[in-house]
Amino acid sequence: MSDINSNIPEGELTNKWTKFKSSVALVNPSNKRSIEVIIVGSGLAGASAAATLAEMGYKVKCFCFQDSPRRAHSIAAQGGINAAKNYQNDGDSTYRLFYDTIKGGDYRAREANVHRLAEVSANIIDQCVAQGVPLAREYGGLLDNRSFGGTQVQRTFYAAGQTGQQLLLGAYSALERQIGMGKVEMYTRHEMLEVVKIDGKARGIIARNLITGEIERHFGHAVVLGTGGYGNVFYLSTNAMGSNVTAAWKAHKQGAYFANPCYTQIHPTCIPVSGDHQSKLTLMSESLRNDGRIWVPKKKDDNRKASEIPEDERDYYLERRYPAFGNLVPRDVASRAAKERCDAGYGVGTSKLAVYLDFKANTERYGKIEASKAGIHNPDKETCMRLGTAVVKEKYGNLFDMYAQITGENPYETPMRIYPAVHYTMGGLWVDYNLMTSVPGLYCTGEANFSDHGANRLGASALMQGLADGYFVLPYTIGAYLSKEISVKAIPTDHPAFVEAEERAVGILNTLINIKGTKSVDHFHKRLGHIMWEKCGMARNAEGLNQAIAEIRALRAEFWSDVRVPGTADELNTELEKAGRVADFIELGELMCIDALDRNESCGGHFREEYQTEEGEALRDDVNYAYVAAWEFKEGVNFELHKEELKFENIKVAQRSYK
Amino acid sequence: MSTGNMNLTLKVWRQKNNKTAGALVDYKLAEISPDMSFLEMFDVLNEQLINKGEEPVVFDHDCREGICGMCSMFINGRPHGPKDLVTTCQLHMRSFKDGDTIVVEPWRAAAFPVVKDLTVDRSAFDRVIAAGGFISVNTGNAQDANNLPIPKMQADAAFEAAACIGCGACVATCKNASAMLFVSAKISQLALLPQGQPERYRRVQSMVAQMDAEGFGNCTNTGACEAECPKGISLENIARMNRDFASAKFISEETV
Repeated sequence: MSDINSNIPEGELTNKWTKFKSSVALVNPSNKRSIEVIIVGSGLAGASAAATLAEMGYKVKCFCFQDSPRRAHSIAAQGGINAAKNYQNDGDSTYRLFYDTIKGGDYRAREANVHRLAEVSANIIDQCVAQGVPLAREYGGLLDNRSFGGTQVQRTFYAAGQTGQQLLLGAYSALERQIGMGKVEMYTRHEMLEVVKIDGKARGIIARNLITGEIERHFGHAVVLGTGGYGNVFYLSTNAMGSNVTAAWKAHKQGAYFANPCYTQIHPTCIPVSGDHQSKLTLMSESLRNDGRIWVPKKKDDNRKASEIPEDERDYYLERRYPAFGNLVPRDVASRAAKERCDAGYGVGTSKLAVYLDFKANTERYGKIEASKAGIHNPDKETCMRLGTAVVKEKYGNLFDMYAQITGENPYETPMRIYPAVHYTMGGLWVDYNLMTSVPGLYCTGEANFSDHGANRLGASALMQGLADGYFVLPYTIGAYLSKEISVKAIPTDHPAFVEAEERAVGILNTLINIKGTKSVDHFHKRLGHIMWEKCGMARNAEGLNQAIAEIRALRAEFWSDVRVPGTADELNTELEKAGRVADFIELGELMCIDALDRNESCGGHFREEYQTEEGEALRDDVNYAYVAAWEFKEGVNFELHKEELKFENIKVAQRSYK
Repeated sequence: MSTGNMNLTLKVWRQKNNKTAGALVDYKLAEISPDMSFLEMFDVLNEQLINKGEEPVVFDHDCREGICGMCSMFINGRPHGPKDLVTTCQLHMRSFKDGDTIVVEPWRAAAFPVVKDLTVDRSAFDRVIAAGGFISVNTGNAQDANNLPIPKMQADAAFEAAACIGCGACVATCKNASAMLFVSAKISQLALLPQGQPERYRRVQSMVAQMDAEGFGNCTNTGACEAECPKGISLENIARMNRDFASAKFISEETV
């Protein structure tokens, strides 16, 4: 069935990566010095790759649109990073992390990639600690772990609720070290606008200096995109305001297949929308589900305060429906369960689009333990709550503060109100085992690629994948390609391919400026987001998707005739930046709907209402849909489907059950 | 949905680029919701300006959840506004009153030149980190993480220093435009950890030299930086840096 080659090495699953590493062609040190690699993006996947490739001796150029590589949105990841260390002696292993990830991804990820990810996971923790990343420790001085959804072991390493920040600052420090040594040239406030292809191979990029508006041409023997996910296609998401799909989309238009675009992760625990002014949504870390219990009232339209609803009138619906995993079911399952309760009329808060996340029971339990440590026997409830609150504060203080700041409510006293929100995109540029896209010499790492999470990503696995790709996978796999490029001299950027790519980029900028329409870029972005959330969000159906495709096409036409971009292209122009990004989001939105419509099954984050079990769980169709949908861009915003068959040789494919 | 009822007057710094002079410009805003963040209020202003055919106010922002360190507004004479331990993006309009006049300026420091409107150039911070804010360990050189136990207190103290988001509020609020809170936070994080010891004295010398070269001022212990830091980075870090810097002259055989 496959018409694309994923280049997975032969041999036993457990030996593939070891064998690959020891047999991959090498580039000798003197040749490395004349080989140039362009890295776009400075998050976990980009910064780690840039630093590592520079350490190995390659000449690296790294680009980010922010004012510093330290600002990339990896910084906002809260909860943690998984690694199969088995430090807790709770039966964890490389195989178990591999198994959990495949199962969590609803059997839509590639076995060989996921096993490799599990194999290198332990190295990541070692590397980060060596860099001085202050991960949480126990009193004995050893590293601490916590639980995350979709697993029954404690394998998540963390730094309070700021794990992404600490890991990114680690990668950033490694990157800055190479910048200081002159081995990486850093281009901040630069946005990639085109991929340059010469004789079918990626040979550079066109970038815009966001301060001066100057268009620059950069050559590279290879180009790596570590440009993150496309959740902002929904306008409201937990992504940063600047997170965008433009680099990946321009690559797509130059021949890189886009895989599984419809797989979107809706995170179950976010702060609910408060009004039309809302510009982004804020996540409350999944780690809170360790200690928080999720519930709604048993009575419909119950308007009492949470504290006035007695215990026996509360429905802990996750614990009821999924006794084995309870509040720690995977994200897609938890999100749909919240939507189900709210749609049925049991939601809370003024919008009725929220459920409670309640810490009271566990605060009291922690308080009892603390009281016992302090020699207080039979402590009263007040003492327990006081002591327990201190423990909760230490574990989640920054998250509780953030909640209080945004909502104006005190979460230590009343339960948090939460609702699902767009958080992560499992889909992305199609890559083979080497992380190379369908364009030779063009690589893609981290969230920007599609490779490891199938149809649903488990919590604390994004940081793991970003750093695995950048520190431990790409630096090896890219050698397979670059070892054949050693005789290629740097191509001068007056080559016609550079000229032509620059003309394409400039053409788009000028068109946007000259439309001089009546509506702002945000106006169009909000409308696109609304269509996507309503018709390609937590639940989709064929009728809605067909409508969405028509509406998005109409929106695209309207955008290109009526958008208003003030200012000029030769200055700092944030509206122009946004306009280019929204133009790409509109095209991507259409592809997401086409992909969702084409996949006549439910799996992970893709829930088609027509395909569900009697209990309302996702119903996969492994006979017809056990493939990666890799879309090729065709002239005039059309798309052609290619299929990569997924073979499960080491895991028995089963209906996912967390009951 | 909540369209609010607050009416505000904004005085916002407008400056076309680093070659032109800037000025405060007045704007009126109506129907602002107290649930809006400060930056969402600016979104409303910008939408209004675009609809009138004017250029929107350019300001730095990205994550809007208080962690990326990109937002940087000097609000009524204080970096990140009136609330303690909060970045501009996490400041909400409920912290202001109907009828308020709010003055919004960019960070002001010689080492942070204005780029446009409220956006400044903070690349000096990156260059200070590049001068030594790291542990020299290439990928693949690490031992098993648990082979190096670190007392919890020490790890926690390193984490507290590492919580710095690099926003530059410390520089903006300091009358000397000193970067010592920022620089000392990174130096402290690494000086508190066993992994940071081999380069400890070399690091402090390199980073301080770069800090001086960037044109940041000196510290006169007013403590404004600590008071305004959205992440509560402590002045103790500056004391630790000064101690290490002085010690380096005696202990370290390397002069950097």
